[in-house]
Amino acid sequence: MALSNEEIKRYSRQIIVPNIGVKGQLKLKESKVIVIGAGGLGCPVISQLSGAGIGTIGILDYDTVDLTNLHRQLLHTVNDINCEKVKSVERNIKERNPNVNVITYNVLLNSSNALNILSSYDIVVDATDNVPTRFLLNDACVLLKKPLVSGSALQLEGQITVYNYNKGPCYRCIFPKPPPAETIQNCSDAGVISPVTSLIASLQSMEVLKIILNHDNVLTEKLLIYDAADVSFRKIKLRGRNPSCEVCGDNPTIKELIDYEQFCGTCAEDKNPNLKILKHDQRMTVQEYANMKEEHLLIDVRSPNEFEICHLKDAINLPIKTIQSGKTDVKLVNDMKLKQVIFVCRRGNDSQIASKYFSEKFNIQSKDIIGGLYEWNNSIDKEFPIY
Amino acid sequence: MEIKLDFGGGAEVLFDNIKKRDLTLDSSKKWTIRTFLQYMKENLLTDREELFLQGECVRPGILVLINDTDWELLGELDYEIQPNDNISFISTLHGG
Repeated sequence: MALSNEEIKRYSRQIIVPNIGVKGQLKLKESKVIVIGAGGLGCPVISQLSGAGIGTIGILDYDTVDLTNLHRQLLHTVNDINCEKVKSVERNIKERNPNVNVITYNVLLNSSNALNILSSYDIVVDATDNVPTRFLLNDACVLLKKPLVSGSALQLEGQITVYNYNKGPCYRCIFPKPPPAETIQNCSDAGVISPVTSLIASLQSMEVLKIILNHDNVLTEKLLIYDAADVSFRKIKLRGRNPSCEVCGDNPTIKELIDYEQFCGTCAEDKNPNLKILKHDQRMTVQEYANMKEEHLLIDVRSPNEFEICHLKDAINLPIKTIQSGKTDVKLVNDMKLKQVIFVCRRGNDSQIASKYFSEKFNIQSKDIIGGLYEWNNSIDKEFPIY
Repeated sequence: MEIKLDFGGGAEVLFDNIKKRDLTLDSSKKWTIRTFLQYMKENLLTDREELFLQGECVRPGILVLINDTDWELLGELDYEIQPNDNISFISTLHGG
């Protein structure tokens, strides 16, 4: 294989970097990388790897573009809303670098398709947004003996490392058990900011290039943590490969992919499930609330930032975090005992948790609004902002 | 004995949202991570215990570091805390 004149000119600025050269550029051209997730991490990774001249790039994402993606998922445009993410990304690559062979997979990665899809690639980039898929990718990469370049971001922090590379640890060596489902925060609830995802993605891209170029200092057995609030990078030393790891150890018990949603107790997407905590008669519909004439206390349990975005008339803000840490103002609790209390939140999950909490702790009988403010927008007031 | 304690990845929300603390521990006794976790539970934890601990250990999904090194390499619960140690609790992130 050789480089064409067009390729020599196109990649000249990176070919003259001492660590790359023509040999390095040829290695990039011969390599096959798959990026799982075409979102906040995936977009910059795909953009940089395709620009750098990776020969074959696989892109896997089951989702469609939403307006809430555009602030950080910089390859999608307003015209792409409701269209497949893989399509807008593919178009973007083709417009900038038609040399790249792009293969798209508009599917949710799962235990039955993962090995088949990943087996044709040299390196796997984890740019996903949920715990079950991270375990699935790890186990698949161990079984297929492929390095996994893993990045994650939330709010003002990001983390990146390379698993299963050069006898280093896999994800399970470090995290043998999934975190409890209720401790997991996702982008749609906790928030995420573009410079953080883009920065972590850039670091992932660089590690991919270093693996292809056989660089001797790949980020394995170490975790790099970026904290935008501190403007700090911390590179921490992780344990090595665990000889008794269930999947990459000397006597592995996991020899084929398992059910990762069951293993983690959560869904393989960052969308929220509908909790069913309260009985039907402890809840009310948005229509019932809209028609409610009696005096009542409407308590919105979202975070102060979300409350500031939008709230219903006369609602007061009591964040679920404040409730759960037992810090609810005593005066408010007394007031709640005297009035009919209605809890509301974004989708009708935290409002149930709040209602149950006050029922158990203070014997306060309350109701919550089914479907929360999403449903209010859907059925009552189309002008009410949703996010 | 003076030590530094810090939190990251959102673990700070369990501890009154304070990311960094300077602590003075009673020097007359020996401190291990095991006893320090109990101290944290009794004196610093502001959220529910199960979001931080499972039994006497830290719950899955929180990395414990001593001077930027995974505690697994240093004896985990049995590690004996030294003056000026920097102990960190980092919650792993999953978003993207």
